[in-house]
Order: sequence, then structure tokens, then C-alpha cells
Amino acid sequence: MFADYSWGELLSIFAMQGFAGLILFSVFVLMALGLAIIFGQMGVINMAHGEFMILGAYVTYLVSRLFETYLPSLFGIYFFVAMALAFVVAGALGMLVEWALIRRLYKRPLDTLLATWGLSLILQQIFRSVFGAREVGVTIPQWMMGSLPLTDMIEVPINGLFVMALAMGISLAIYLLMFRSRWGLQVRAVVANRVMADAVGINTGRTDRLTFGIGCGVAGVAGAAFTMIGSTGPTSGQLYIVDTFLVVVFGGAGSLIGTIASAFSISQAQSFLEFFLSGSMAKVLTLLGVVGILMVRPQGLFALKLRK
Amino acid sequence: MTKKSPQSPLGAPSRRAFLAASAALSASLFLPKGLKAQDFPTAAVNTTGLAVTDTDVTVGILHSVTGTMAISETGSVQAEKLAIDQINKMGGVLGRQIKFVQEDGASDWPTFAEKARKLLVDDKVASVMGCWTSASRKAVLPVFEQYNGMLYYPTFYEGLEQSPNVIYTGQEATQQIISGIDWVTQNKGAKTFYLLGSDYIWPRTSNKIARKHIEKLGLEVVGEEYYPLGHTTFNSVINKIKLKKPDVIYAIVVGGSNVAFYKQLKAAGIDMTKEKPLLLTISVTEDEIRGIGGENIDGAYACMKYFQSLDNPNNLDFVKSFKDMYGQDMVIGDVTQAAYLGPWLWKAAVEKAGSFDIDKIKAASPGIELATAPEGYVKVHENHHLWSKTRVGHAQPDGQYKVVFETADLVEPNPFPEGYQ
Repeated sequence: MFADYSWGELLSIFAMQGFAGLILFSVFVLMALGLAIIFGQMGVINMAHGEFMILGAYVTYLVSRLFETYLPSLFGIYFFVAMALAFVVAGALGMLVEWALIRRLYKRPLDTLLATWGLSLILQQIFRSVFGAREVGVTIPQWMMGSLPLTDMIEVPINGLFVMALAMGISLAIYLLMFRSRWGLQVRAVVANRVMADAVGINTGRTDRLTFGIGCGVAGVAGAAFTMIGSTGPTSGQLYIVDTFLVVVFGGAGSLIGTIASAFSISQAQSFLEFFLSGSMAKVLTLLGVVGILMVRPQGLFALKLRK
Repeated sequence: MTKKSPQSPLGAPSRRAFLAASAALSASLFLPKGLKAQDFPTAAVNTTGLAVTDTDVTVGILHSVTGTMAISETGSVQAEKLAIDQINKMGGVLGRQIKFVQEDGASDWPTFAEKARKLLVDDKVASVMGCWTSASRKAVLPVFEQYNGMLYYPTFYEGLEQSPNVIYTGQEATQQIISGIDWVTQNKGAKTFYLLGSDYIWPRTSNKIARKHIEKLGLEVVGEEYYPLGHTTFNSVINKIKLKKPDVIYAIVVGGSNVAFYKQLKAAGIDMTKEKPLLLTISVTEDEIRGIGGENIDGAYACMKYFQSLDNPNNLDFVKSFKDMYGQDMVIGDVTQAAYLGPWLWKAAVEKAGSFDIDKIKAASPGIELATAPEGYVKVHENHHLWSKTRVGHAQPDGQYKVVFETADLVEPNPFPEGYQ
């Protein structure tokens, strides 16, 4: 399969495919981080994760329309405002959902699957009623859409760089929150032993709500970023949900490092396979690989060592 | 082929003004077409117990208004309701006003079959306008054949099907593919093609036909590739395209993947306005461009039978009525127009047969002409597909297509193309 290409071309292939893999990796990280917090830390199977992402995308759409109409001179930077708002809106809705729905189900984790699935259907229908069944077109500022030509063969898409930078920024922020802040300490304490955490005076209810809210907020930011590369419609969230769970489960629930490692291995495998095989075959082989590894290591790549 | 058929209702402007005025009066007092219900006694025009009374007739609309396909099917529902509304204002069918029962297929194929049975068995509808995906059509087909219903199916599709109980108002695959490929080879000097599609029956069958035709012309297919429905990252295939440097990217990507594909193509520095490579698609109508964004697909070519920008009196009327009914920011794609033809073709068949009976409509349908179609003139073929022209449109930044080519004659529908399978 290498015979068709010259050495120079092969080098470019590896450079370009490596970069394509990095973009896919960043996309996976962005998708999965919110879920890793909610599923990994709280054990809630949030089937509405995709809808929280699309909520962020719709917020971006609304902000872009607002800027187009009222502040056309600042259109180039609306995206940053949109991402911040997407975080706030999705996070607020997440906290509301946790208060109204999820907190009643902590003792029945499997039921959270049904409840959040129902929630995802409700959210889809709300999107459809408010924004219409058709996809909306989000106008991306011109400077974010081009590419940087490195050589004749290699061109680096700017939105790819943007998604990469964002994924790194958010991962870092989550890391600091989880391991360097008081809230992170409380979250980890609640995950490790809820009863004991309660006993030493941690407000577990508030910690849960905040955790769920932050997870949903991160999903909202991811959705905002994905308006650059994907579609924004009532059911677009469904496109992401399978890959998202795949990444989180493969990485090992509860481990943020695991999520990142799993996103990296799945994305690189898929991206290289896609190049040398067809798209559908690449997906099949990647999934087979994941299934195979999960059979050997059911706990995922990285598992938290807890005394049960 | 500009002969006016007797069913041409929107022909001359004077008559239109007359119609508008008469529509203001009560339809039952004043029937402009002169077809009065009492001239066609119900017992005579309806011998099989369909939902036809002395004053009205019930038809079914069966599309997904919820679920993932609602994005695509909404336009079809709107067009069908518009056509029914216009027919009613003209006095209805055989003097009877059309009522409709709308059912939601909910993007779920068994639901389509169940709702089709409900429409035919419980509601006894005289015909059904509906379905969008091939999967939903395949699901309802046995129901329509068992209970002898009539389905008007609007979507361009892969062909390889012909049922006496279906009128296919969209193009089958060869009608959409062959003229388009001929056009890029003759006018753009294309020699190499990269075929790309979503992974299901329509893109695969269409690309099979495209490949055969390309190879018949002595040209080369340098790549063929399918991605799962809903795939959202296309960087790898875009890299492959850059390496293979095809003259033409032949893309049949659908749904949400479409948006991802075109946005990433643009971000990767493939500028379609330079036409090197040139992009030709058969899956992006004006409807899809709304999601993709006109600026992201500027310069691509699409091969369809209808574009909203078609400049003929029928279409100007149609676009205006559509926007008046549903809002000025509406866009109309190929399938929406094909859906609009459904009620009109059914009306023409009923009037030609002088009866609502399904068997008589089946017999009357071949040869029916519609000179008022927004796409121009269409005619029903023996095989229940439509003769129609094929056109190539050039995508503009405002999300509309500029028509750059149209076949001189109507293209014959050929759902079972020999040598292409």
C-alpha cells in the first residue's frame, strides 16, 4: 500500500495524517471531558450529553446572530463570548437537571440511563420547536476558517489548531480544578467514599450539583467549538454520544488521564486506518480493537485504585 | 415539449387573477374549473370504499416530523400542503375539496409501515404523499401493495424498484448521474474522479453507476470511499484527495456529515471556486446549504432536476406562493419541488380516470403531463417515474445555485439500467 507514493509524499502523508489524528484527538477530548467528569466521577450515565453539546452550539448560533445584527464590527471575536455563554447556559441547565432529576437517582445508577435518555428526547424536541427541524448555519468569523500552507502538500487548518488549543486549555483547567482546588478535593472525596465525606462535613449535595453543572458546561463549550467542524441541528448531539462513551469507557471510568490516553489512541488508530483503508472499515477495526482490549482489561486503560 | 395539458391550472396570468378572485368566494358556490361534484356521483367515482364523499376526499401525508429525518422531510410536508391548498382553492378534485390526515413516521421505518397501514385501512385515504428515505419506502411498499394504496414518493433515489402502487416524482439514479458526469467531462475537461459517499444503499448504488459510466467514457476513478452515516471528521479523506489530485470530487455525503465535510474541506484549504479540484455533488440541495453555510460550499456544482433559481413563470409562482405561506427566508430544494408535484399528479390522474379508484388511477397515470411543474414540463413514464430534465447548478455564496447547464430534452427514467449494475 506504500508503493503508490514517493518518499516525499509518504513523509507528507505521515505529517498530515498525524495532524489529522491530533485534530480528531482534540475533538474526542473535548467531547469526552464533560462526560468523564459526570460518568467517571459521579457514575451517572448521562445520555443527554450530546444534547448539552448542541445547546452550546445553539447558544453560539444565537450569539453570532446577535453580533451580526448589533455589533458587526466585533464579529471577529464573537466566538469567545459565545463559548463563555455556552458554558454558563449549559452548566446552569445541568445544575437544574441535577436538582430536579439526577439527585433522586444516585442510588439507582442504571435508572439514570433511562432518565437522561428521556431528557435527551425532551431537549431534542425543545430544540426542534424553538429552532425548527432544519439545521441552522452558524457563520464562523473569516479568520477562523482558512488554512496555513506549510508546504505544497501540507496545509494546517486554522479551526483544527483552534480546537487543539481549546482542548489543551480545558484539560488543563479541569486538571487544576480537580487536583489543585478545594472543590476538586471534595469531589474526589465524595467519589472515594460518599458516607465518609458526608460525615466529615462536606456538603455532598452541593458538590454533586456543581460537578454535574461543570460537566455539562464543558459539554456546552465543546458544542460551541464544534460549530466550526460539524452541524447544528436538533439531533446532531446523537452523532457524538457513541464516540464519547467509547472514549470514556475505554479510558477507564473515573480517570481523566485515562480519558485523554484513550482519546489519543482511538483517534490516532482511526485516523491512520482511515487513510490506508476505507472509512467504514477503519471504524470497524478501531471498534474491534477497543472491544478486544476491553475484554482483556474490563476496567479500561487506567482505572482508579479504590478500596471498596 | 411545451404542449399545455388540460390540467394546466396556473398557466396564464389572467386566469390566475381570475382564480384569486374566485377563491375569495365560497368554493362550493363557485367552482372555477367547472368540475362539479354532482357531475361525478360518489357511487360512480369511488367503487372501493375510499374516503370520498359528495363534498370532499381525504388523502394521507406520511413523513417524519420528529427524529433525525425531520430536517429533510419538513420541506416535503410543506410543499404537499401548499399543493393541496392550491388545488382546493381551484375547486378541488372532481369537485371535491381535499382533506388530509397527517401521520408522523418519526424517522423509524417500522413506524412508517404501521402508519401506512393505519392510513390505508382505518382512514381509507385516496392516496398518500410520503416517505423520504429509501428505507422508509421499502418498509411501506408491502403495505401499499397488500391494501392497494397509491404512494407519491418525492425523493431522488437509487432506482432498482418499480411498483404499480408508487409514483416516483423524484429522479432515479441514472437521471441524476449520467448527464452530470457527461457535463463535467465535456465542459471542464475532467479526466479523474474521486468518489465519496455516506455508507448506505443510495450513495453506493449511485457511485456504482457513476463508476461504470466514468469507465465507459475511458476515464479514471482514482478513489472510492464510504463513511458511516453521521461521521463528523473527514480530515483523512481530505488528505487522500489532496494526494490523489483528482479533477473531480464526486460527493454523495448526506445528513449532518454533509455539514462537517464541507466545513472541513474549506478549512483544509481546498478552494472550490478555483475548480481544481472541482466538486460535483448529487446530495446537496438549497435545503442542506442552509446548514452548511453558503460560504462553505461556494463554487461547488450540484446535479439535480430542480433549483430554486430556475427562471420560468411556473417556478416564480411556486417560489412566491411557498414563501408567502411559510416565510420569506424559506429555501426550496429539489425534493421539496418533487413533493409539490405529488398532489398535482394525483389530481391529474383522478381527472383523467374520472374516478378515485386506485386501479383506474394506476392505469391512467402513465402518460400524464404536467406543464405547470415548477421544474418545467414533466410526464409520467410507463414505469411510474417521471421524464424530467437534468440540470447542473453552481453554488453561490448566498446559498443559491446558478443554473449553468440543462439537458436539451427530457431524460428518460430508467430504474433498471442495463450495464450499470
